[in-house]
Amino acid sequence: MRRLVLALGLILSCATVAPAFEIEEERVFDAGSGAPEVRILSTTDTEIFAPLVVAFQMANPGIAVRYTVASTTEVYKAIAGHEAAFDLVVSSAMDLQMKLANDGYAREHRSAETAALPDWARWRDQLFAFAQEPVVLIASRPELEGLTLPRTRADLITLLRDNPERFDGRIGTYDPNRSGAGYLFATQDARQSDTFWRLTEVMGGLSPKLYDGSGAMITDVQAGKLALAYNVLGSYAAAQLAGDPSAVLIELEDFTNVLLRSALISRDATRPELGALFLDFMLSDEGQTLIDRRAGLPRIDPATLASAGHRRPIRLDPGLLVFVDPLKRQRFLREWTAAMVRR
Amino acid sequence: MKRLWFASSGSIRQRLILQLLVLVAVLSWVLYLSVKTVAGSAVETTQDAILGSATIAIAEELRGGEDGVAVDIPYTAFSMLGATGEDRVFYRIIIDGVTVTGYEDLPLAEEPLGGLSPVFYTRSYQSETVRIAAVERSVLVGNKPARVEVIVGQTRSAQDAIVAQMANRAAALGLGFFAIAAVLSLLTARSVLQPVRNLTEAVGRRGPQDLRPVERPVPSELAPLVTALNQFIARLSGALTRTETFIAEAAHHIRTPLATLRAQAEITLRQSPDEATRASLRAMIRSVDDSARSVGQLLDHAAVVYRTDQRTEEEIDLVALTRDIVAAFGPAADLRDIGFDLSLPDAPIVMTADRLLLESAIRNLLDNAVKYSALEGRISVGLALEGEGGAGLVRLKVCDRGRGLSGTRSSTLTGRFRRGSNVADVVGSGLGLTIVREVAIAHGGDFRLTERDGGGTCADLSLPLG
Amino acid sequence: MRFLLVEDNPDLARSVQTRLSLDGHAVDWAASLADAEDHLAASGYDLILLDIMLPDGDGRDFLAAHRRAKRDTPVIVMTARSAVSDRVALLDTGADDYITKPFDFAELEARVRAVLRRRMGAAQSLQTYADLTFDPLSATITIAGDSRELRSRELRLFEILLSGPDRIFSKAQLVDRLFSAAEAVSDNAIEVYVGRLRKKLEGSRARIETVRGVGYRLTAQ
Repeated sequence: MRRLVLALGLILSCATVAPAFEIEEERVFDAGSGAPEVRILSTTDTEIFAPLVVAFQMANPGIAVRYTVASTTEVYKAIAGHEAAFDLVVSSAMDLQMKLANDGYAREHRSAETAALPDWARWRDQLFAFAQEPVVLIASRPELEGLTLPRTRADLITLLRDNPERFDGRIGTYDPNRSGAGYLFATQDARQSDTFWRLTEVMGGLSPKLYDGSGAMITDVQAGKLALAYNVLGSYAAAQLAGDPSAVLIELEDFTNVLLRSALISRDATRPELGALFLDFMLSDEGQTLIDRRAGLPRIDPATLASAGHRRPIRLDPGLLVFVDPLKRQRFLREWTAAMVRR
Repeated sequence: MKRLWFASSGSIRQRLILQLLVLVAVLSWVLYLSVKTVAGSAVETTQDAILGSATIAIAEELRGGEDGVAVDIPYTAFSMLGATGEDRVFYRIIIDGVTVTGYEDLPLAEEPLGGLSPVFYTRSYQSETVRIAAVERSVLVGNKPARVEVIVGQTRSAQDAIVAQMANRAAALGLGFFAIAAVLSLLTARSVLQPVRNLTEAVGRRGPQDLRPVERPVPSELAPLVTALNQFIARLSGALTRTETFIAEAAHHIRTPLATLRAQAEITLRQSPDEATRASLRAMIRSVDDSARSVGQLLDHAAVVYRTDQRTEEEIDLVALTRDIVAAFGPAADLRDIGFDLSLPDAPIVMTADRLLLESAIRNLLDNAVKYSALEGRISVGLALEGEGGAGLVRLKVCDRGRGLSGTRSSTLTGRFRRGSNVADVVGSGLGLTIVREVAIAHGGDFRLTERDGGGTCADLSLPLG
Repeated sequence: MRFLLVEDNPDLARSVQTRLSLDGHAVDWAASLADAEDHLAASGYDLILLDIMLPDGDGRDFLAAHRRAKRDTPVIVMTARSAVSDRVALLDTGADDYITKPFDFAELEARVRAVLRRRMGAAQSLQTYADLTFDPLSATITIAGDSRELRSRELRLFEILLSGPDRIFSKAQLVDRLFSAAEAVSDNAIEVYVGRLRKKLEGSRARIETVRGVGYRLTAQ
């Protein structure tokens, strides 16, 4: 009986949304009965985003927020497949967002806040970056005792080649087959220089551990299970490593990719104006400050890029479509897997 | 002076300016269109080149192998398409007619793809205008050639934006050109018409009697006009001379025989004792005098009419003139024992008027007074200034003790050839007072006849001094 | 008086000549300026009657030359035009007066006498008859120191009578010479003026005698 009720309840609660895609979390931030609801689909955990939502509701009382979390690929599927109607789509997968925008799934929106964004943080007034995070290398101090911390990828290659015994089975990185972010980082690395494939070759010979997300990688470094974690999201690293001297965050100096988290207003949105309102809030000074300080996602700040030449924002341009191409993806993953997974 | 009313057929200056402006407007428009077209075409060529490069870059990466064609889209192929703006990118790769990747419904080229250069065409796709480059390659799979088509499309907003910007610049250029040219047109029109203005001024400055030919140098286009004008002046001058000569000769040719006639009548009068004969001779002589006076007044009137159109203004002392004319009438008045009572100011009264017209008027006034005055009567002639300074007028009053107007309104008397009802036996045609009135009007003055207290008529001529 | 008539129209010239001679004047006729010069060279005249338009020249040129040569015979110009400015111009050129054609002979006589009076007045000559003195310029008759002024017509009547002392002038003649031919004059008009003149002659031996049925004459007792 209880199971029936539970099942019914589950069905009923799902009926309003009825997603045919996989969601990881969903939370409704109420605003009184009958209040209009803005539906946000995001790849960022609710916990991280919550302060922003609360602040938005304080600034805009009477608007409810339905915050749904899914993986990057599910987010893409949901929108591209017209699976569900969301007002705002927030994702760290720049390539998938770009494809959505390129294929006409985003609405145009212009406001003072969007106009204030630098050119590289915006595409066609349809796709907007709201946070910039460097993609970094995490190194365990104790594990690298006695060794010089690598400053460039060439350094890293040399380090790994010269000390295979210390790093065998102790390197972690994203599995691009399973993680959209990982795929993006890997492909961006590959297009930037030749060193990526050489690094991949070298890493591949050291039985690397493959992960789905940054969090687990960082934890393992802190726990001493990994000596190095390559291509980690800087925001998570900074948050998790805060105050922990045992691990160090390294921005490689040959180049450090900067990921842009982006948002778009879906063409299928039922309340696009509310989506726009939330987006503008995210881009406003208050929103950006909250994103930076409370969510831990660095705000859009051209100065930080200008001050460090090695930091290269991943460009919001059609180039991102290349690696979304299935054939290309297939080819890349084949090569990558061949290089990385040998034993 | 009678004003000739003629239809104004527009202004040369306006026509010139209008035509220049129209021309400039057309040129500006042409300039704008040319720049826009050239710019647009240049931009399109450039964009096409980039698009073509991207397409070729993809095509270059096609590799034939044992089990099929390997497609490897280079990152830069699409990345470079984002260089000039934020256009949407679409692509489609077809191997032996089968779409292997990309947007399956991206339109194919209609013409055959051959050679190394990409083929460009524009289509509508996903509700936008998309420019597509298509390239074909033959790749060996195993030992069989596979036909591979690579098409890459891009929306045109960046291109359109550039063209719009250039068009704006071209428009600004066009407008600037138009504005400058408009100003120059105005200046040109002014300068071109300067000779006309100069000529007008020179001719306009001439006095009414100046009938010399125009001899100043003029531009060749105005020369025919000046020649025609001079011919006209010559004809007018000739006509005027002939008119003056005619009047002189007419006077002579009519009056001389009349003089003979009168003299003969007087001779016969002297030789006829018979009262009846003498009476009829006197009647004859009165007729001769009537004719002579009529002729005189007709010729006078003709001269006056001519003069009112062509006044020669000069400074005339009215006091002196009146005195002279009264003196001229002396003996004639004397013959009838008529005396003049003059009340003229000591100081001269100078006014700008036509001498001949004034003389005619005053002479006719006095002639009229002498004619209608009683024998042994006195005619008073008074000249006085009225009003202040430049706004003043001068009044000439000639009063007689004749028979008066006997109720006839003075205005009817001055109508041509009117004579009062009580003057049937007095010699003279009615033109005299008409002449006085016409002269008054020509000078902007006034003339009226009034009954005099105690009998007689006063003729009142007032002329403005200014 | 002796007149020189310069006029090219023969009909007019003969008529003027005849009419003037009826008044007892001698008239020589020149039909051209050259002719006039000849006449002037041959004899002297009391007055020249000059026409303006002549076959061999403008009368005004002749007039100017006449004055330049310092000949002082009075000239009255006969003209067909009546403009005053012409008159002034003629007077400036040297004419003494002008008269417009067709003219009344009484008026002509009046003008002639006026011109001559001015001339005589300039020469300051007085005329005397019997016991009276006559000053033509001031038109006064002085008898035994007593001056009487003559009015216009009285003056002319006196001059006519004085021009032929003891000569009888008919009433008709006097009327013709004193009044314009165009005017109908009453029968006793002459008598009126003769009466007035007689009054002015009172106290003098000179008197105007009525010759019944014939006319009047000036005579001295």
